[in-house]
Amino acid sequence: MRNFDYFKPGKITDACSLLSKYGEKAKIIAGGQSLLILMKEKIVCPSCLVDITEIPNLDYIQYDNKGGLRIGALTTHREIESSSLIKERFNVLSEVEKAIASIQIRNVGTIGGNLCHGDPCGDLAPLLIGLEAQVKLTGFESERLVPLEDFFTDYYETVLKEDEILAEIQIPSLLLSGGQWYSKCSPRETDPAIVGVAVVASLESPDGICRKIRIVIGGAGPVPLRSKKAEKRIEGNRLDEKLIEEAAKIVKEEVAPVSDIRGTEEYKREMVELLTKEGITGALEKVKK
Amino acid sequence: MKKKNIKLNVNGAFYEMEIESRITLAEFLREKLFLTGTKIGCESGVCGACTVILDGKAVKSCLILAVKADGKEVLTIEGLGLEADNLHPIQESFIKNGAIQCGFCTPGMILSAKALLDESPEPNEEDIKAALAGNLCRCTGYVKTIKAVLDVT
Repeated sequence: MRNFDYFKPGKITDACSLLSKYGEKAKIIAGGQSLLILMKEKIVCPSCLVDITEIPNLDYIQYDNKGGLRIGALTTHREIESSSLIKERFNVLSEVEKAIASIQIRNVGTIGGNLCHGDPCGDLAPLLIGLEAQVKLTGFESERLVPLEDFFTDYYETVLKEDEILAEIQIPSLLLSGGQWYSKCSPRETDPAIVGVAVVASLESPDGICRKIRIVIGGAGPVPLRSKKAEKRIEGNRLDEKLIEEAAKIVKEEVAPVSDIRGTEEYKREMVELLTKEGITGALEKVKK
Repeated sequence: MKKKNIKLNVNGAFYEMEIESRITLAEFLREKLFLTGTKIGCESGVCGACTVILDGKAVKSCLILAVKADGKEVLTIEGLGLEADNLHPIQESFIKNGAIQCGFCTPGMILSAKALLDESPEPNEEDIKAALAGNLCRCTGYVKTIKAVLDVT
């Protein structure tokens, strides 16, 4: 690893001003569980690291019916996984967290860091986009809310400006008669996803007419992708087996995976189709419960 | 700023040292404090051989900058038990159950087990598997390791 200047500011404004002073030479470090790997490989060589973990009030999980769920960016994976509030209200998120790397990594890695890393194979982004999450970005003299769907711009790239820090993740309350599902295809449960599919659906009536659905795919393009064609095909219709088959085929065509060390393009498309079927069926079963 | 002064507690002893920002906690423990019980394997957060306990939580010390341990408490395998007549019950159980072959993964395994047992003193097999999922053993399997952790009480 190349050496760097290391700063540990105690205030968010100090962190933003350091980031704006050092510009593209600087990187934010929270848990560092993704960043340090890139720095060891010399893929990323920042000459300045701004450690934000001493900044107070960025580590919390809060919920109210009106505002929904708010998670501070420095909340660790392990804290989310073990939170009784999340288990009770957003169990799907708790389950996904359990299959991210290992306990040692989850003890240190943060939700904010995971999202800002922008790995297209990350498990959290597709699920959180499915849940219509927004992220609060705090800059030196600015603050904005961005739908997570618009946050990623390319492989490992986001809309974050040089002086901005992702401060909070906001997730609206779940709709009644809704179901959520995420499944991934990976060699072992805790390995990174080859592809992953999140499905968040809600029904109009118990007879299976779908009011709203989001299908989000990770690992099948430079950023997590929503299959809007499949979503449109489903909404307003009865979700029976035939429609699920048809939607999964649409998703398979709509994604844009590339062949790489993890799998061929064909394999990834097949898996996306399979996981989409599993995801819609799984989400529907959760609605019925 | 490329060098930082850090103060930390390792296995109950207090240390203060000026270090380069870039060194990891694993490198610090091995090369500055000569605590070579902490092993460096993959250096990318996968194998778990470098597992130590930082402020009560199991972490992979190859993915923690030493400067981040400033003001914190570290427990390494040397802090558990060094002498044959002074071993920790987890170490005793690993020996009794033959849960060791080459021994390279053992310090990490034992510290992951320690963190688990501190949190839930009576884990079931699933809890143990989850706790040890980040510690790889390339000699043998995990059957004896799991049994060793189940046996600690």
